Amino acid sequence: MRQFWALSLAIVRGFARDKASVFFSLVFPLMFLVLFGGIFSDQTRSELDMVQVGDVPVLQELPEGAQEAFDDTFTVTRNDDLDTALEQVRSGDADVAVEMRDDTLVAHITLTDQVAAAVTQGSLRAFVDGTNVALLAQDAGRAPPYALAVEQVEDESLSAIQFVTPGLLSWAVAMSAAFGAAATLQGWRQSKLLRRLQLAPVATRTVVGARVSVTLVIALVQMAIFLGLGTALFGLSLTGSWWMAVPLLVTGTLSFMALGLLAGAVTRSTEGAVNAANFVVLPMAFLSGSFFPLDGAPQWLQNVSQALPLRHLNEGMLDVMVRGEGPSAALAPIGVLALFAVVVTLVAARLFRWERA
Amino acid sequence: MGAIETVDLTMTYGPLTAVDGVSMQVAEGEFVGVLGPNGAGKTTLLEMVEGLRRPTSGSATVLGEPVWPRNAALLPRIGVQLQASSFFERLTAREQIHTFAALYSRPAREADDWLERVGLAEKAGTRVEDLSGGQAQRLSIACALVHDPEVLFLDEPTASLDPQARRNLWDLLSGLNESGRTVVLTTHHMDEAETLCDRVAIMDHGRILEMDSPAALVRGLDAPTRITVAPGLVDRAAGRSIDGVEDAEVGVEGTVLVTREPARVVSRLAELDLLDGVQLHTGTLEDVFLTLTGREYRA
Repeated sequence: MRQFWALSLAIVRGFARDKASVFFSLVFPLMFLVLFGGIFSDQTRSELDMVQVGDVPVLQELPEGAQEAFDDTFTVTRNDDLDTALEQVRSGDADVAVEMRDDTLVAHITLTDQVAAAVTQGSLRAFVDGTNVALLAQDAGRAPPYALAVEQVEDESLSAIQFVTPGLLSWAVAMSAAFGAAATLQGWRQSKLLRRLQLAPVATRTVVGARVSVTLVIALVQMAIFLGLGTALFGLSLTGSWWMAVPLLVTGTLSFMALGLLAGAVTRSTEGAVNAANFVVLPMAFLSGSFFPLDGAPQWLQNVSQALPLRHLNEGMLDVMVRGEGPSAALAPIGVLALFAVVVTLVAARLFRWERA
Repeated sequence: MGAIETVDLTMTYGPLTAVDGVSMQVAEGEFVGVLGPNGAGKTTLLEMVEGLRRPTSGSATVLGEPVWPRNAALLPRIGVQLQASSFFERLTAREQIHTFAALYSRPAREADDWLERVGLAEKAGTRVEDLSGGQAQRLSIACALVHDPEVLFLDEPTASLDPQARRNLWDLLSGLNESGRTVVLTTHHMDEAETLCDRVAIMDHGRILEMDSPAALVRGLDAPTRITVAPGLVDRAAGRSIDGVEDAEVGVEGTVLVTREPARVVSRLAELDLLDGVQLHTGTLEDVFLTLTGREYRA
């Protein structure tokens, strides 16, 4: 046991003191998280700025239910001077200025931001129509015959961060597992440390166990940081069986360590091994939908991606972390990843040579 | 019982025979050097004796135990320093040797003692990447000794060191077999083998050509002594006419007299008052080595 801890400690220290490793496994993926979280959260702008000039009873006395929808759509400020209000809209400080002329609601909009203009027009028309219908129905003494309810199919809080966090986390774990295994195998082989350990009274399983354990702990630290930052800064919210992400990450780590071993076995230098791992993992991240959803990709590409372990890791992570699927959704990906790990490890073991030649 | 015994140890890689039927015995407490040019098969021989490689044929025993397959009972009794500096990346000298102490189930205190003994106490907090070549070799040797092994293997411990660092390391190495420890080292430095080793095996093309004490090897060479007389004092004919001189050549450094009876020639030179600036070159291990392995340059 002392051997295991001593080796683990040596590996952890070697990792923590290697600035490039720490950067690429922790900082670099987090930069993507911040970048993607930032870009996409801006796209889902929900509230429009409205300047209300004078009293606007139709908006101030909305029917029950409509008030909530109105508050979700508009942020209202009041400015009783029409000219100033129009200037605010023109300069882009506000999206719409509203006033009442007799019974007509007048909305002053700008077409500079066409999305905002369309949403404003549509929403205001809906509120006016809704109020009219409610008043007419009230006069007639009966409820309106039809109603429209819109419900989102995903988790209500689904936003960009929900999609990018599992994908980026999978990518980060894959990258550090593959690089760690590739660099360790190559580095230890070149310095003859592997040979040296062979001549020390330490079992192979202890050496392998220490290396695997350290990589797994690093993967779980990555997970904790991603989920922590995602929740705290970008409003990530996890669904029911997110804890199944742990066994998913464990098998994912093992299969990417296997890939790293393969890269380490077939290359001749540490740089070569790390480059080979990068060459495999980075394109795989794109093809597996770690950065962008694959829904828009051609069918053949989606079929190809089924052969990639990262695709299965991504899908499994999305299912259990944000799509609200049950724990069983992770079982198939875990199986695929485990099989991949076993097969690739066997291939790497066959190709491994003690000597560089 | 010998510390090391090999019988007809052979290693072939395809058409290449790296080690060709080596049989040798090393007694306990002996300091043995394996001397040979690059590519002679020294490292392969050592790695087979250590149990790292399976011989194509033949066998090796260390302390009476077979070394192949990996013999877990033997490992704590042998210490190895491999050709490269086999360290964990980015650890300090102290962390490095503490890790090895843990692998051999030895207390950390003993590891610190070894760091002290090899003169690295001040460098304990320095990362291995920042150690000089000589310091790294010292650490590597300390890591090989941390469990106080009975047999120690050192593969070219002074390779790529400057002359000062090399001599500095000799002081450390020469004391290693005082407590009865058996030491085997490979080197391609003649002076090193001559200074440190009780016996030297001269190896080339996978074979051991000679194995004996350095002095016996030089004696066995029957190499002539070369006496150089200051320039301008003796010409070639006069040199040849001196009793006991087999040959004489005139060069820039003076006249070189070749003889197998140096005492007689020197006393004659004294009579002639020609001793000022005289230099004597007797046979060295280098002559033995070059005689046995040939002079042609091999890249």
